[in-house]
Amino acid sequence: MDTVKEVMTKYEKTQNNLIQIMLEVQELSGTNSLSYEEVDYVAKELGMTSSKVYGVLSFYAMFGFEPRGKHLIEVCKSAPCHVTGAKNLLKMIEDELAIKVGETTKDNMFTLLQSPCFGACDISPAIKIGEKVYGNLTQEKLSEVLNLYKGGQL
Amino acid sequence: MEKILSARFGKITPDNVMEYVEAGGYEGLKKALNMDPVDTINEIITSKLYGRGGASYPTGPKWLKAYDIKRETRYMICNADEGEPGTFKDKHILAEDPFQLIEGMTIGAYLMGSKEGFIYIRGEYLGIQKIVRSAIKNAEEKGYLGKNILGREGFDFNITVVSGAGAYICGENTALIESIEGKAGRPRVKPPYLSHCGLYQQPTILNNVETYSCIPWIVKDGGAHFASFGTEVSGGTKLMCLSGNVKNKGVYEIPFGMTLRELIYDLGGGIPNDKKLKFVHLGGQSGSCFPESYLDTKICYDDLKKNKIALGSGAVVCVDESNCVVDYLRNTMDFFEEESCGKCIPCREGTYRIVQIVDKFIEGTATMLDLEKLRSLASTLKIASFCGLGQSVPIPLLSLINHFEDEFIEHINGECRANVCQMNRKGEK
Repeated sequence: MDTVKEVMTKYEKTQNNLIQIMLEVQELSGTNSLSYEEVDYVAKELGMTSSKVYGVLSFYAMFGFEPRGKHLIEVCKSAPCHVTGAKNLLKMIEDELAIKVGETTKDNMFTLLQSPCFGACDISPAIKIGEKVYGNLTQEKLSEVLNLYKGGQL
Repeated sequence: MEKILSARFGKITPDNVMEYVEAGGYEGLKKALNMDPVDTINEIITSKLYGRGGASYPTGPKWLKAYDIKRETRYMICNADEGEPGTFKDKHILAEDPFQLIEGMTIGAYLMGSKEGFIYIRGEYLGIQKIVRSAIKNAEEKGYLGKNILGREGFDFNITVVSGAGAYICGENTALIESIEGKAGRPRVKPPYLSHCGLYQQPTILNNVETYSCIPWIVKDGGAHFASFGTEVSGGTKLMCLSGNVKNKGVYEIPFGMTLRELIYDLGGGIPNDKKLKFVHLGGQSGSCFPESYLDTKICYDDLKKNKIALGSGAVVCVDESNCVVDYLRNTMDFFEEESCGKCIPCREGTYRIVQIVDKFIEGTATMLDLEKLRSLASTLKIASFCGLGQSVPIPLLSLINHFEDEFIEHINGECRANVCQMNRKGEK
């Protein structure tokens, strides 16, 4: 809860800052998600009911309400990636991590998601891990990238 | 070919305002400070600049109308919620030369008497948000934003970066404003238009990243010079995004009037692996799909319109013969089903039903009646949807059916010529 309190000090306590506050809280959560306590605390601070806050947050795809892995791996599934082999890439990642879309690895390191376009069409098929984007992936390059995260370098 | 928007890409530190100034930046704002606002807006009208976000509304007349509204509070908002699949041009402006956008917004603020601006950047561009925030901070330190800009008494303007949180619909202008207000991004009813009643119910100007970025150049070098790059109808240059099955994927700044063939084959290097082009999907997911026979059409709002095509955001997705039209349609419709905000029934339920019916084609259980149902649903969505999202779903749907009806009929007969669809329930009907 200390994280939430600290984030709250940076923003004026007005309802228009709700999304910005929650994005920051989620980023610092370590579990890529928001707990009920955090949502409830922010709701009270902003003078909103928690149901109203959930109503807003659940509209947006980036918020998670169940704990997720330390790193979110998003595989683009939009048209430019779709026609250049996104399905094969997804299969490769699923095999490499031994999880399916929506699942988290046992060590809580990765959660695998599919995402609409994140603007990396010039290096399709592409994946996004956190704020980093990787494209033109072969089996070798994919393993290299994932190993960097597994080894804690990133 | 002279570059306007991409001239400084890779040549300056993106968030260093002094490097931008040395490379010719802020000349437009300085000139605007010594011009009558109406004269400046007239230059923009002369430039034949159309909105680059997708709707292609003429910017000059839009600004003149807004200027005529004599109300105090005004907001300048930039739509940097670049969520249209196949579009990645704004990303380059934001990451490589964000000051041209900031200068464009500042010129607008001077003209309209606006004190506050917002750049709404999609949540997926987290790294880019940091660059833009840093650029704004540096501009404030050097007196290009904040109080008494460039020493002009009373000319105050601040810009805040607001992050999206993963919703395609927030690229719709009124949904974007709802999102800045901290609400779910569902579109508002129009009218009233944003120029009268936008953010916090105040007069608001909202433009795309690329549109704002054209403004400094237009003011500095004149609207007529800008217009001379394009065709009679469409002034200036356009950032086009080439992706999909094409050799040299990337962003290209081209003068209006170039043909699609020149863009795809001369600049893009054509289709890789000696494959043939099957179709091009232009302008984003909500744009139309058309076969190779349309490629000699000039990239110009008017020429495209004559062929019932819209330029949209400038996304050019090339799809080669190894892909299946039905499978591609499924991918596109899946996108709209997921991104429909749920506010109106035609879009929410219609996209869901369309996906269900397209699945029957993929499984090999569709009939001719299903093809008719798709056409009928398309017409419902077009007529009855609340906003542009639902209204434009029929564009890719119908253009694919119309140009490739034979492939849809093959699927009814249990065949997929590209061998992409499984047809695992072939003959069950």
